[in-house]
Amino acid sequence: MADLLKLSDVTLGFAGNTVLQAVNFAVSEGAIASLIGPNGAGKTSLFNCVTGFYKPQQGRITFAGAELRPLKPYQVTRAGIARTFQNVRLFREMSVLENVMSGLHCRTGAGAIGAILRLPSQRREEAEIHARAAECLDFVGIAPSEWQRNAANLAYGHQRRVEIARALATSPKLLLLDEPAAGLTKGEKLELVTLIARIRNERGVAVLLIEHDTGLVMSISERVSVLDHGLMIAEGTPKEIQSNPRVIEAYLGAEDAEAALAL
Amino acid sequence: MANQSPALNVPPPGEPRPSAWGGLRAFFDTPVKRAVALIVLLVFMIAAPGIFGAYATVILTNALLYTILALGLNIVVGYAGLLDLGYAAFFAVGAYTVGILTKEFHWSFWATLPVAVAAAACAGVIIGGPTLRLRSDYLAIVTLGFGEIVRISARNLQITGSASGISSIEQPWLFGWHISSQRDFYYVFLGLAVIAIICSARLANSRLGRAWLYVRHDEDAAEAMGIDRVRVKLAAYVIGAIYGAIGGAFFAVNLTAISPESFSFQQSTLFLMAVVLGGMGRIPGVILGAFVVVLGPELLRDVGSLRLLFFAVGLLLIMLFRPGGIWPVRRA
Amino acid sequence: MTLANLLAAQLVNGLVLGSFYALVALGYTMVFGVVKLLNFAHGDLYMVGAFVGFLALSVVSSLIGNPWLAVALSALCAMIAVGVLGVVIERIAYQPMLKAPRLSILITALAVSLTLQNSVLSMTNGQIVAFTGNLGFSGLRLGGLFINYKQIVLAVTAGVLMIALQLFVTRTQYGRAMRAVSIDKDMCELMGIDVNRIIAVTFFIGSALAGAAGTMAGAYYGSIWYFMGFLIGLKAFTAAVIGGIGSIPGAMLGGLVLGLLESFGTQIPGIGSEWKDVFSFAVLILVLVFKPTGLLGQSEQERM
Repeated sequence: MADLLKLSDVTLGFAGNTVLQAVNFAVSEGAIASLIGPNGAGKTSLFNCVTGFYKPQQGRITFAGAELRPLKPYQVTRAGIARTFQNVRLFREMSVLENVMSGLHCRTGAGAIGAILRLPSQRREEAEIHARAAECLDFVGIAPSEWQRNAANLAYGHQRRVEIARALATSPKLLLLDEPAAGLTKGEKLELVTLIARIRNERGVAVLLIEHDTGLVMSISERVSVLDHGLMIAEGTPKEIQSNPRVIEAYLGAEDAEAALAL
Repeated sequence: MANQSPALNVPPPGEPRPSAWGGLRAFFDTPVKRAVALIVLLVFMIAAPGIFGAYATVILTNALLYTILALGLNIVVGYAGLLDLGYAAFFAVGAYTVGILTKEFHWSFWATLPVAVAAAACAGVIIGGPTLRLRSDYLAIVTLGFGEIVRISARNLQITGSASGISSIEQPWLFGWHISSQRDFYYVFLGLAVIAIICSARLANSRLGRAWLYVRHDEDAAEAMGIDRVRVKLAAYVIGAIYGAIGGAFFAVNLTAISPESFSFQQSTLFLMAVVLGGMGRIPGVILGAFVVVLGPELLRDVGSLRLLFFAVGLLLIMLFRPGGIWPVRRA
Repeated sequence: MTLANLLAAQLVNGLVLGSFYALVALGYTMVFGVVKLLNFAHGDLYMVGAFVGFLALSVVSSLIGNPWLAVALSALCAMIAVGVLGVVIERIAYQPMLKAPRLSILITALAVSLTLQNSVLSMTNGQIVAFTGNLGFSGLRLGGLFINYKQIVLAVTAGVLMIALQLFVTRTQYGRAMRAVSIDKDMCELMGIDVNRIIAVTFFIGSALAGAAGTMAGAYYGSIWYFMGFLIGLKAFTAAVIGGIGSIPGAMLGGLVLGLLESFGTQIPGIGSEWKDVFSFAVLILVLVFKPTGLLGQSEQERM
């Protein structure tokens, strides 16, 4: 399959610390891939480079053939990459529906004049925004009774799903999920696995996750890449990664080591 | 269903509402009741000059002017969350454009109006463009600086009449109606205020209005959702500027004379107070704030020079104890 | 007047002006360093300092004959009074707002500023008050250049205060703690540093410096009024930004640079004294747009 996202020799540093070192990494179209590694390995920083929040000092990042490095974050999203955050970053005092509607901003165009004059095109667009946001919320399984509630008042697991719905509303080709399972119960994690599969199967969206729950990672990923101290130390299928001695060594001492060894 | 923009600091759930306001709000819970209340209010406003006489008409006209300007500033501060301490600059641009074009070049007022709006919009773009990406503290001071630059320029330049300003501005004609008396201007401002309210409400409930809220809540998350935050902020700034210019234009022909002192930092803070006191981001609150700022000094006449102090302390108390403003907070 | 004399005179003016700006800018930058807030009311503390100094002087000058000593003592009173006022303001108005949205604390700071301004406005009825320091007009003559004693004392005093501050920040425990808090407040709390106390000390010192500058300005210019803090606040902010906000040497440098820029800038044909302030604001805007980190600040990339 063609490479959808490709990082070539990406190097990122902050005030003397090298966070990413000559990282080569790719995600294929329609793939479900995971990025794992010990804490501080640079995983979120890689996401931030892709989405334009950090500017790497060296290297190339291409997406569907286009260069991502010069783009601003909002342009990256418009190009087709959406993300969720490690700490849920919903717009706290706005309703669930309004949160998801934010994803549709970049796919619509009505401006001030349309709004003030209530032009028919603007009204049509508003109806569409409402409908598409509702559809995304339905897709992730949030009941309509919740849609008008303040996002901050939702149960944690539901908030995470709303964040995913919000990202999906931008009609991405690639979805970046930053630790989507953190804080979820066992049952919610199983639902997450189903959701991720549906996102790829029903909507054709490629998914890249950062995740610490190795069980979840191994059960859903087609390809796993391992980052340690800014270096890509291994890539392969879940089975290959689990028996890779370098990976085990990187995790040795961490609580995940046992889980990795056990599987 | 129209979702009103939230207050800045929503009190934690479970906190009781003050009972007087709570009772009032509960009474007007259906759209029909609210529509009736609005109609009654409108009729009252139309009849007001007749009921209250000439002096009150002048004060109410001023309150309506402040309403328009506060609504404009509310878009910048309340919706987009940008602290603008130099809003009087746009007010000045509108007023002086009309003054100069009608007095020096003998244009008709109605022809100058679009020029005033365009001039303010340009000013908004020129100032906002490079500065809106600055952090909020810096932006506040830069807008203050810009306000001062406009005022000082107006005071120094010949074309703006220097310190004495521009006088004997001609008042406009509209289809045979010479808008010249205080009553005439009252109705003009009432009409403008109604238009301003409708525009603000429509903007709040639109894609752009939501974008302002997203950017105000969490800039980075908004960017991650594909929203160009600089452009969105600039839109707020320019639209606010346009409100200011329109207010300024009609202000100029109402008073027939303008001078730099009407566009000082004190003026900018009064507009800001109107927005904050009533309740940032909420249209009824902003209108209330505007009326409080204008009518307050009238009712507190005997307090004299202490009235500005009153407002300053009031603002401080509101920020510390009731940051949502005087208007009651509505819970989602 | 020869060109050399003219330039030298402007140099002196610039340095004196710059000393005022530097003293006030220091307070801005120090407070910004520890609480990451631009204290909008800071300029008004300078104004309060001038009035406290004025009141102190009226008491002190009847007790002490030497006008210089009297002014110095009044300045000292002003420093203490304004320092305390600064801490009170921080406790009452800013501390409760530290967790609130940015906009709220900025408006609170504005409210404090307006309260101070309007309080003094009410007390003085908006009149300009004469500050009789009786410091005289004598000075030194260096060739064609005349330097007022007031200018010398002022510049030297400002210099002494700044050196004292620099020593405090680098050599004492409090000073080191202040720098630590400005780098990472949360870490300091975890390390057991009493952050609240450090913040209070910072506000005290910053405000005291502004108060001193206010009294000195009163003695130097001979008059004070309720609105004098407004402009100086903006200029001092400009100075702090030029030097790099958060950097103490930066504030000193920025103050001097701005003072000199203003002094020489007004000699440029076309920019008379009426345009002086516009010139400074233009400098501010240009610096913020093109080099927001100033001369001595560092470029930061924010971590998400």
